[in-house]
Amino acid sequence: MASNASDCVAGLARGFAPDRAALIVYLMAGYPDKETSLAALHAAARGGADIIELGVPYGDPLADGPTIAEAARAAREAGFGLRESIRLAEEFLSEAGPDAPPVALMNYLNPLMRMGLEQAAESIRNAGVAGVIVPDMPPDSAAPWLSVASGLDTVFLVAPTSTPERMQKVGERSKGFVYCVSTTGVTGERAQLAKDLAELVDRVRSFVALPVAVGFGVSGPAQVGEVARFADGVVVGSAVVRRQGDPAEVEGFVRELSSAVRAARS
Amino acid sequence: MSDVFLPSAEMAYSSPDAQGFFGPYGGTFVPETVVPALSELAEAFCETLDDPAFAAEYGTLLQDYVGRPTPLFSAERLAEAVGADRVYLKREDLDHTGAHKINNTLGQVLLARRMGKRRVIAETGAGQHGVATATAAALLGLECAVFMGTEDMRRQSLNVYKMRLLGAEVVPVADGTGTLADAVTATLRHWVERVEDTFYVLGSAVGPHPYPVMVREFQKVIGEETLVQLQGRAERIPDAVVACVGGGSNAIGMFYPFLRDLPPEKRPLLVGAEAAGLGLDSDKHGASLAKGSPGVLHGFYSYLLQDDAGNPLEAYSISAGLDYPGVGPEHSHLKDEGLVRYEPVTDTEALEAFALLTRTEGIIPAIESSHALALLPHLAAELGPGALIVVNLSGRGDKDMDIVREGGLGGE
Repeated sequence: MASNASDCVAGLARGFAPDRAALIVYLMAGYPDKETSLAALHAAARGGADIIELGVPYGDPLADGPTIAEAARAAREAGFGLRESIRLAEEFLSEAGPDAPPVALMNYLNPLMRMGLEQAAESIRNAGVAGVIVPDMPPDSAAPWLSVASGLDTVFLVAPTSTPERMQKVGERSKGFVYCVSTTGVTGERAQLAKDLAELVDRVRSFVALPVAVGFGVSGPAQVGEVARFADGVVVGSAVVRRQGDPAEVEGFVRELSSAVRAARS
Repeated sequence: MSDVFLPSAEMAYSSPDAQGFFGPYGGTFVPETVVPALSELAEAFCETLDDPAFAAEYGTLLQDYVGRPTPLFSAERLAEAVGADRVYLKREDLDHTGAHKINNTLGQVLLARRMGKRRVIAETGAGQHGVATATAAALLGLECAVFMGTEDMRRQSLNVYKMRLLGAEVVPVADGTGTLADAVTATLRHWVERVEDTFYVLGSAVGPHPYPVMVREFQKVIGEETLVQLQGRAERIPDAVVACVGGGSNAIGMFYPFLRDLPPEKRPLLVGAEAAGLGLDSDKHGASLAKGSPGVLHGFYSYLLQDDAGNPLEAYSISAGLDYPGVGPEHSHLKDEGLVRYEPVTDTEALEAFALLTRTEGIIPAIESSHALALLPHLAAELGPGALIVVNLSGRGDKDMDIVREGGLGGE
């Protein structure tokens, strides 16, 4: 699969700046309903999100904690699945125009398979979505997807349990950035950051040339500011989703997170 | 009749490849956090296969603790009632704890101890696997937590009590429908969190690699003994061998040696009984092979009951051990290859078979196993006079008394 320079510029890499960490904001597609989630996407963009990770609601969210799992359940009840999520991303991106932050779909594997990997990749590409994160598709199991997903940045995850060999493999197969899971366990807010997180990121960096973004268990401005000192990106999910019913609150919260990212290395 | 029982190279039924794929099915589709643990597990499991000390310890436990070999019982009155010449029951209901599950949990908990893990976790549906895991953990001195759906806890309160008596913590899972699939998800999530000190004892031939092949290896003793016992009484190779299929561990344990050791033309008709619940035309069944389509759930690719958006559907069966929306990947492969035939059996048919065995032989079977028994009259008719059929009686029915009573049997 050839990649070329224009892929990189158009892809998720655009969300990263050399002098500070990128703020990656996770939102659940279709939660609490289509219109509100569209408004929340715009609110996150206005608030200063550098990349938006759009969650696709799925019935067995193995990697997600209670906040995101519950939002997924509600969004599914509102009729949302992969198809609707792609349409939502497309609508957001076309409304927000060329300055919109790049969007990655956070999507479990089976909905992609159900749509057909090739057709799913094509729909996602056509919607203008820059990449995908598939939490239950480790790099060793990704060949069928990667063979049809050219032009999309497929982001793989590393975890504190990953061996050096696996970190290297993730670094080689990932595009856009590498998603570093801060702690063992599922997504969700935690009172404290995992200890030795900075060391973990350093360890990942020694195997990975791409930007390293940290997620899982990162919530408020203080934690975001701390992670932004040593990582290339910070993902905030559950803490945003919890506010997703009120787009104005999302905007205010993302603005605070964005300030924290900007202040971290000044 | 002797040499046909001996394996030879050209007949070899293919095992999974190094990545755990049976044809296109199986694999490892899980969060990165547990991938290293699965690799470590696969490695440790492979080492045990070549380790005579492990085999000796496991073998001794199977014999002296589980009570193996279990009898192969000629059920003459049942045979007459279903119109077969001979019906043999492989008596896994006589295993310690009352079902085949213990064969696997002893193997896995031994492996956990060998890997230096001090804590095991398990999911359970009917509670049989939970009880078998708690039992093995008690025997080998490991800490144990069992995740169980709240609906299943209600249906199987006696097993909940047993697990607690055995020293296990029973963790209620209220998510979703509070049944087996939810318990598997909760156990996987917990494992992601505690992967460093915890061993996940998976109860069926499902899950990411190496679980399906590992569970098969620990259950294949069922089929191996059956072959030896048939040979011991100078029986011919049966016309059909039947087992029920939820995730499919007792079925693969019975079928695999027949597939491995016999050339295709000598193999019996292998038949798996799937839960048809209230009927395949209702949406209340657990027949993933008959009505599902391939997809990924709980870390592996296999036939799956799913909606148009790829979300897993709720499975239903009167038996808590069969209401799983997926099925072991090897069964998906065996179905596609035409090596095993899978037949749906409704709740009602299973209850009728339950009553029939109870009254003709004085054996009270698990409702799961009753699904396999329910195919006997059809198979006898299909195979014609002289039919010789083996049924894997995977468990006993004590746990099902309340459900059977609710179903209206034996009340008159």
